[in-house]
Amino acid sequence: MRPALAVFESYLTVYRRTWRGSVLGSFVLPVLVMVGFGLGVGHFVDAGGRLGPVRYLDYIVPGQVAVTAFNQGSFESMWPVLSGFEWSRTYHSLAAAPLRIVDILGGDLLFIVFRLLTTSVVFLGIAAAFGAIHSPWAVAVPFVCALLGLAVATPVHALSARMTSDSYFSLLLRFGLIPLGLFSGVYFPVTALPSALRLLAYLSPLWHATEVCRAATLPGVPMSALALAGHLGYLAVWLVVGFWLAVLAFRRKLVS
Amino acid sequence: MIYARGLVKRFGNFTAVDGIDVDVARGEAFGFLGPNGAGKSSTMRMIGCVSPPTAGTLRILGMDPHRQGTAIRARLGVCPQLDSLDPELTVAENLVTYARYFGIPRRTAKARAAELLDFVQLRERADSRVEPLSGGMKRRLTIARALVNNPDIALLDEPTTGLDPQARHLVWDRLFRLKQQGMTLVLTTHYMDEAEQLCDRLVVMDTGRIVAEGSPRSLIDRYSTREVVELRFPDTAPEDVAGKLAELAERVEVLPDRILLYADDGDAAAEAVHRLALGPASVLVRRSGLEDVFLHLTGRTLVD
Ligand SMILES: Nc1ncnc2c1ncn2[C@@H]1O[C@H](COP(=O)(O)OP(=O)(O)OP(=O)(O)O)[C@@H](O)[C@H]1O
Ligand SMILES: [Mg+2]
Repeated sequence: MRPALAVFESYLTVYRRTWRGSVLGSFVLPVLVMVGFGLGVGHFVDAGGRLGPVRYLDYIVPGQVAVTAFNQGSFESMWPVLSGFEWSRTYHSLAAAPLRIVDILGGDLLFIVFRLLTTSVVFLGIAAAFGAIHSPWAVAVPFVCALLGLAVATPVHALSARMTSDSYFSLLLRFGLIPLGLFSGVYFPVTALPSALRLLAYLSPLWHATEVCRAATLPGVPMSALALAGHLGYLAVWLVVGFWLAVLAFRRKLVS
Repeated sequence: MIYARGLVKRFGNFTAVDGIDVDVARGEAFGFLGPNGAGKSSTMRMIGCVSPPTAGTLRILGMDPHRQGTAIRARLGVCPQLDSLDPELTVAENLVTYARYFGIPRRTAKARAAELLDFVQLRERADSRVEPLSGGMKRRLTIARALVNNPDIALLDEPTTGLDPQARHLVWDRLFRLKQQGMTLVLTTHYMDEAEQLCDRLVVMDTGRIVAEGSPRSLIDRYSTREVVELRFPDTAPEDVAGKLAELAERVEVLPDRILLYADDGDAAAEAVHRLALGPASVLVRRSGLEDVFLHLTGRTLVD
């Protein structure tokens, strides 16, 4: 654990200089969501009455928290990882130190968890200020976001480690992250999707996290212990398999 | 400190290191000299425990890289061929964070960083970013970083390639001090003068094999004459004159742009060339160096 903490510490050394901007940034997005979706889109949706008694703002907040973690977990594993191998080559210098591959990855993931937790706490705080949080279970949301973020960060780490240029990232965005973001029940219930797309949603880690977050912030959305375990277990499988893939990809790059 | 027998590194079916034997003793400055692609970096990466040997035996500090890689790396200092400094950190932070990977406490790491920045003459740049540093400064910082853990062996892969002469001399001077302090240095280079100045002992590598081994002086004595005459002929093809010169020296090497005459008495050989009245554009007599050893052993020049 200590070696991974030393790697985490080096990220914090950089973050100490940039945290103001990044925290400010993590305030801007939720405020935009509150105003844009709450007052703008929400006005029309609520008038249509398709969501029943639930306000659209309340509906979208848990999904937005989750998709933010989904994106953050991915982005923090794209350019920074590619750069560490190909541009700044910092991973190579880590490999020459008495660190194992798991220490290097562990340090990366600790920092990503730290960022996921702070971002989702800020998001929830702002949502609460707008009256969009209706259950004390909301305190569990940052942890669900951390799990989701790691569940995507690990396989994306593995992909980025195998790339030699960033031109593949636009493919990953267009055919992976953006469709998943749209069709995972963040903006509308997946039951509104044609069945083929619905299957995609059920496979998407984002859908599982969104379901859990929604149950944790909305009133009267009960979730059985079994369903909860299923959703979290599915995310854990992504995390474990992703971690294993990332270890393989890192080893291939660093030990040759 | 380092013991290798029959060390082999293959990438697919390409053999980068082809069965080399190496022994490095404590306190020694040991060099791998060879042209591009000779297998120097591949060897250094195996010694640095980031590249498993394909075959052969390798022991570093008495340990097995396969099973004790982390323990070995804790006692090595590595200056890789390509700089891998963290561009998002300052000069001093690069050293402190790297020291932390070795489990060195923060306070000690800061003191050590300050000391090393003095040593490599970068104290005034301590709080600067890495980006604006010159190539020579980055290289010195990378060397300083390799020293944060007070290593038993410093592995330096082409420490001065790409630097201007002044920057190279500064690096040499620092490395020479390390050597005087008794640190074991292992370095690679394709500069003869670097090898001659810094190495107690070296091996000449070519296409993955060791072609000669010894001190710089002994290699020159064994594989070259004391002096060399360099002749340039502007109009004539060198091959045409070479035949006429064969008599005048122990050995003649014909290069695309010049002819080298190997003789123990260079002035006498130059004198003899004049008598032939072939009209060379220039005649230069110099002492033999490792460049000549390499040329003799491989028939090729080292730096092209
Ligand atoms: N990871 C790799 N995969 C495939 N081939 C490699 C790899 N690393 C090195 N090689 C090949 O092995 C040979 C030896 O390379 P190496 O880097 O050890 O040479 P070198 O002596 O350090 O040369 P240079 O002076 O250019 O640094 C080269 O032909 C190189 O292309
Ligand atoms: Mg090399």
